[in-house]
Amino acid sequence: MIAGVVAVVLLLAIAAYACGGGTDYGAGFWDLTAGGAERGKRPRWLIDHAMEPVWEVNNVWLIFALVIMWTGFPVLFQQVFTTMWLPLALAAVGIVLRGAGFALREPVRRLSGRRLYGAVFAVSSLLTPFFFGAAIGGVASGRVTATTTASTDAWANPTSLLFGLLSIAATATLGAVFLAADARRFGAPDLDRYFRRRAFGALAAVAVLAVVALFVTHGDAPHVWHGLTHGVGLVFVIVAALATLATVWLLTRPSGHWSRVTAVGVVASAIIAWGMAQRPYLIPASLTVAEGAGAHTTLRWLVLVTVVALVLVFPAVALLYWMDTHGELEGLTDAELRRDAPSDPS
Amino acid sequence: MHTVLLLADVPAQTLPARSMMAFTLVTHIILVPLGVALPLITLIMHGYGLRHGDATALLLARRWSAVMAVQFAIGVVTGTVLSFEFGLLWPGMMGRWGDVFGLGFGVEGWGFFLEAVLIAVYLYGWRRLPARTHFLVALPLPFAALLGAFGIIAANSWMNTPRGFTLDAAGNPVDVDVRRAIFTPIFGPEYWHFVVAMFVTAGYVTAGVYAKGWLRGRRDRYHRLGFTVPFTFAAVFTPVQFVLGDSIARQVFHKQPVKFAAMEIVWKTNTHMPEYLLGRLHPDGTVSGGIKIPQLDSILAGFRPDTKVTGLTAVPASDRPTTAQATLVHWTFDIMVGIGSLLLLLALWYGVLWLWRRRLPVSPWFFRGAACAGVASVLAVECGWITTEVGRQPWIVYQNMRVAEAVTATRSASLWIMFALVIVVYVFVFGSFLVVLLKMRSRWRLADAKGGPRPPEETPQAELPETDTPYGPRSTGSRP
Repeated sequence: MIAGVVAVVLLLAIAAYACGGGTDYGAGFWDLTAGGAERGKRPRWLIDHAMEPVWEVNNVWLIFALVIMWTGFPVLFQQVFTTMWLPLALAAVGIVLRGAGFALREPVRRLSGRRLYGAVFAVSSLLTPFFFGAAIGGVASGRVTATTTASTDAWANPTSLLFGLLSIAATATLGAVFLAADARRFGAPDLDRYFRRRAFGALAAVAVLAVVALFVTHGDAPHVWHGLTHGVGLVFVIVAALATLATVWLLTRPSGHWSRVTAVGVVASAIIAWGMAQRPYLIPASLTVAEGAGAHTTLRWLVLVTVVALVLVFPAVALLYWMDTHGELEGLTDAELRRDAPSDPS
Repeated sequence: MHTVLLLADVPAQTLPARSMMAFTLVTHIILVPLGVALPLITLIMHGYGLRHGDATALLLARRWSAVMAVQFAIGVVTGTVLSFEFGLLWPGMMGRWGDVFGLGFGVEGWGFFLEAVLIAVYLYGWRRLPARTHFLVALPLPFAALLGAFGIIAANSWMNTPRGFTLDAAGNPVDVDVRRAIFTPIFGPEYWHFVVAMFVTAGYVTAGVYAKGWLRGRRDRYHRLGFTVPFTFAAVFTPVQFVLGDSIARQVFHKQPVKFAAMEIVWKTNTHMPEYLLGRLHPDGTVSGGIKIPQLDSILAGFRPDTKVTGLTAVPASDRPTTAQATLVHWTFDIMVGIGSLLLLLALWYGVLWLWRRRLPVSPWFFRGAACAGVASVLAVECGWITTEVGRQPWIVYQNMRVAEAVTATRSASLWIMFALVIVVYVFVFGSFLVVLLKMRSRWRLADAKGGPRPPEETPQAELPETDTPYGPRSTGSRP
């Protein structure tokens, strides 16, 4: 029972990372595809400004998911990190390069320097979600077991590849939808159109890949396939499909707040659908939630810590996202770091 | 002979895994003092500036927060790598003990979460938030940092003095008592020693920048303030750290006697133990080199020359650090204590002069010392960490799990390749970090040299093709 609660918390943390972090990775994807320095100048400017205040916070969701995993389900953590060694190691390297590339691009002046850091940021934004998706594909198709060691098959298989591509497409969708809304906020309607067009493309890719995924998982990950087509899993699949339609409809008009909500709805319900489809397994057909759960007292404390933290952290995060979407937050410019700057910049 | 047998038992993965963990930690630790304490120091400066309407103080606070932005970002990613490494390198430890000691990381995760949120608000709030609100929003920041440190140190001290569980017949932990697992015997001393170390280090590092400027002749109010505030902060905590450091050494003596034996290269358990400053322990138990002070080790450990000090040979060779490891631990311990003592002298020099004469020392030697104090204290932090971690060898969980049992089964060749990749990536990241910091410095220095208010059209446009200025202020359309 308590293990089930913690499993749900873990699933929600993964969903939060997929949405928060995914938006960031998506922004990186569009940075990569924005074209040359001149053509891509305005989209890149928007990407920098939109991501700036919140990307570290988005990254913390990942750490939280890892902590719940090793405290709540130590055996799962051990098996996943042993079997999925290579994709997870590469994802970690990608995270370093990506964060550093973004953080360092900002203070660098010269075009060549910005190009280098920008390229590092963009390429790793593409690779990291792919490897995470591949690792999840390995779990969903039951390739992670107590006895398997790190092997290529564990993550280079149809389900993993498909989940990897699906992650890239989903992050691209989120990124484009959020950037389109940001463009409107920053008073750049041309960029709103620019990113809404791209959001359409990415969403179409998600839809196609999702349909393909249903066929592939039928043979390759039968337990998850069954879960996705029956019961609670099916409900969330339907929610994801409806959210997709709503997003499409909202994308045909100038962006408002709602397109973000529906886009997040697509990704979050897809993740939750996957989690529900796996029930009662952490790893289909070899490790159930009850078998993988850590000590009972620890789980109770974990829930308590989560609740206390929610009380503390939730208002702070809500405040941050609110301030960010209302344009209350902006970086210091060089002028304010000069000695003759006004003492009170506000 | 015996050593050879021991080495054969250790899987080939151990060396690359330990090297990689050590490398990523050494580099991450450089950023930690600033992450924990720079927000506090900046807030002190910020508060001072607000209270006295001091434009220079506010400028310093703004510039420090610009540094904080870059430093925190790099710290987030190198910290994320560490949490991945728990799984990638030590799956055996997390699989068996994750539910016993992992909760500390949960607290850390949330502390860190809060810190990331508050830092984002603080860094990006300079422009639009009202001055008072901006300052008040940032006030919980140091507490969030302390909460984060709480989690990490809880986990590390559990690895040093594990408890809060019983082992079943198969050797798996049962009856987990989370409270006992978090508040382990060494937790209190380790936590305060760590926190104060972070305060002292961040203070000296920040002050060192301005001490260098002072030595170069930039003796204006800007440098004076930039030096005084962080240096005073660090100088106040230095004697505190001296007492705390002395106390934790004695706690280690009581709670991890074998580690203490390694720190002081004690071979055979005995009373009237001499203290060695540096020196080298040989496999046969003899010590060469170093300065020997009779009786002192026993006196330091128990205040009396007849205090019995446990030696390394009190446990079988397979359960204690090797003599090479012991020598390393001894050296890092001595270097840390040595640096701490020098810093104490520097802090006393500053404090005494301030109390008697109400002025800064004039001697260039003081400022030379202060300029080096930053690097020295980072070195001391690294040494302290090596002492804790290498002194615990061969255990990953003291007396309960060996490093060799915890290591991943991934082929050692893959680990070496990944280690090489990590080194390349880190050299790139930290090199860039340094370049960015130096660039910021020279840009500010250039701007300061021009000095004085000037009309906006004189802004050197040619220099700014890629800043955000040409795009127009972000505020256009961002407010309803």
